[in-house]
Amino acid sequence: MANKLIVTAAPHITSADSTQKIMQRVCIALVPTLIASVFIFGINSLILTAITVAACVLFEYGYCKLMGREVPVGDFSAVVTGMLLAFNLPATLPWWMAIVGAFIAIVIVKQLFGGLGYNFANPAIVGRIALAVGFAGRMADYPKPENGIDALASATPLAVVDQLGSSDYLTLLLGNHGGVLGETCAITLLLGGIYLIVTKVISPMIPVTYLATVAVLSLCFGLDPIVQLLSGGLMLGAFFMATDYVTSPTTDKGKLIFGICLGVITMLIRHFGTMNEGVSFAILLMNLVVPYIDVLTRQDRLGIAKAKKGGAAK
Amino acid sequence: MSKFLKRSAQGAGVPHEKRTSSLETVVMPLPSKIVLSMSQHIGAPAAPTVAKGDQVYVGTVVGKAGGFVSSDIHSGVSGIVDGITTITAPNGAVQTAVVIIPDGEQKVDPAIAPPQVTDLKSFQDAVRASGLVGLGGAGFPAAVKLAPKNLDEIDTLIINAAECEPYITSDNRCLIEDTHFILGGVKAVMKYLNIGKCVIGIEGNKPEAIAKMKDAIDVPGIEVKTLACRYPQGAEKVLIENCTGREVPFPGLPSDVGVIVMNVTSVAFVGKYLETGMPLVTKRLTVDGDIVKDPKNVEVIIGTPVQELLEFCGGLTDEPGKVLYGGPMMGNCLADLSQPILKNNNAILAFSRKWAHLPKETNCIHCGRCTNACPLGLSAKEIVQAYHDGNVELLQELNADLCMSCGTCSFVCPAKRPLAPSIAQAKIMMKNGGKK
Repeated sequence: MANKLIVTAAPHITSADSTQKIMQRVCIALVPTLIASVFIFGINSLILTAITVAACVLFEYGYCKLMGREVPVGDFSAVVTGMLLAFNLPATLPWWMAIVGAFIAIVIVKQLFGGLGYNFANPAIVGRIALAVGFAGRMADYPKPENGIDALASATPLAVVDQLGSSDYLTLLLGNHGGVLGETCAITLLLGGIYLIVTKVISPMIPVTYLATVAVLSLCFGLDPIVQLLSGGLMLGAFFMATDYVTSPTTDKGKLIFGICLGVITMLIRHFGTMNEGVSFAILLMNLVVPYIDVLTRQDRLGIAKAKKGGAAK
Repeated sequence: MSKFLKRSAQGAGVPHEKRTSSLETVVMPLPSKIVLSMSQHIGAPAAPTVAKGDQVYVGTVVGKAGGFVSSDIHSGVSGIVDGITTITAPNGAVQTAVVIIPDGEQKVDPAIAPPQVTDLKSFQDAVRASGLVGLGGAGFPAAVKLAPKNLDEIDTLIINAAECEPYITSDNRCLIEDTHFILGGVKAVMKYLNIGKCVIGIEGNKPEAIAKMKDAIDVPGIEVKTLACRYPQGAEKVLIENCTGREVPFPGLPSDVGVIVMNVTSVAFVGKYLETGMPLVTKRLTVDGDIVKDPKNVEVIIGTPVQELLEFCGGLTDEPGKVLYGGPMMGNCLADLSQPILKNNNAILAFSRKWAHLPKETNCIHCGRCTNACPLGLSAKEIVQAYHDGNVELLQELNADLCMSCGTCSFVCPAKRPLAPSIAQAKIMMKNGGKK
């Protein structure tokens, strides 16, 4: 017996949290929005989400098998990617296009770069952008709410932003207007975001600074900040896409800079660009500079004299 | 807010598991033998002063300090020296040890008498003679700690009673049962080192101890500070920052910011020693773990084999998987149960194989929890990456050598990566100039 004791380095316990649990919580946080989407755009929302999730999981499984890599069984990260991708598609998109998007997200953006933790950008964002560029017509063909209560008479509220007033706030909050399937209902996205913050999956730093920057810049540009906050992909992007661990900075300082830059780029695209929507490109652009932000925003170490080397990071 | 952007240093919300906290300390009867390692402290090993067949008494010196940073070793039993042998410590070091077979009479060495303490010098000499080492775990000789070079700059004595490791409650019992000795020790240190202020830092999960201590304080200058229950609250640098707002420079010592930190059990021992003159020969420790039949707080003679201590606690209910010296966050694994209790042990924890099983390691998802939890503001994931890349320059830039191996990063990692052990390897690589 004496020789059978296990000897390992400390610590000997780990927290109850795991990658799998974190990903599951993200899925849970997305469910209210999915339900809202079914109410707004019909059962197509659910079907399309099921297709992208299945496609993402199968692509991940297939690729790992093919490459002889260990299949990341049940870490749920492919499910999250599938859900987020679907949320970025119009509910009426042909199924095969959605599957192409899933292929780009999982195989090209995630697995070719090494799998979970190694992707350079948010897979769902790149999937959305690739589809938006490749199938511009279908991707911009935002369906109107099926229940037909109020469609704001436009594809996306951002196209008619000047005509919207305070009487439309409720419509924007409830998401009863045109758009991709998971971005319209601001209230459920907010709910999901708060759930993620409360369960400590995400830090509030990125969403808060992102939304605050958008609000402040809206005022500077003479736009209605509430309309800007509640429309387009902002809520979905701020809480679910910009907070992706792999492609966002680690430290609070880094997150602060990241959030502000996202807000600035989003508003520049929305206000000065030809596109209505700036969130996806803002996130993609910022994803690419995260490694630099990380190096430049390291924490102050306890007891280490500051600026000893004088900008050694540069 | 400013500290918030500087470094989040969230620490870890470890499970407390302090089920022995209300169990009064029981004294373990004489073991069949005691094995006294000559290296129960940081610094030079002590040299045995006895030989096989010698008669020793309770309190007899059996090992003489081997230098300035070293400590005497005393016998906790009266009996006959069985021999000088070697034991292999958990870290793999082979150490000299004196084995004594008790005669059951527990006759006290006639030389034992309360020390004559009148000034700083005689106080320091008394502490040196007592064989006291830092009882919180590090085992740093107390006499050295109480002789800082810049004594006139020391303005605060901090008593570390955070006890932030799960399971361990021996400090809690010390606060409750030895309140009088703690206060005596604190007053002596404050008097002879001329320190005006003392902060006793206790984690908020010990309300009985906090109340008892607050109640007992009868002189100005001593205060009890209730600390948040966040691991590693009891880490010296963290404790100093939370009690005084001062940052210990690196490299440097607490005395550089005018502070001396003593573990609560250490200071209680000082108080007791000044009254009785009995050197450090027993230790209170928590025996717990999922397979320990009767978890207890036990006062045990130093050198008692762990096996006998576990038997005193009702034995084990299942085959042991891991047995630890100390807590589950920083404790060392025992390779076998014949190992003796050391001066700086504060717990023996025995766990089943099932408990000892650690989940599989998966890919880093860059969640940043290790970075935001690190009490010192280090970035574990970057350090580990630099280590795997063999990038010593980056390790220097990241101050990997600041790491104190508290294990917080490993604990919080959702991908279950062994970050703390990897950083320990990285520190070795830095010392070796790039060789793994």
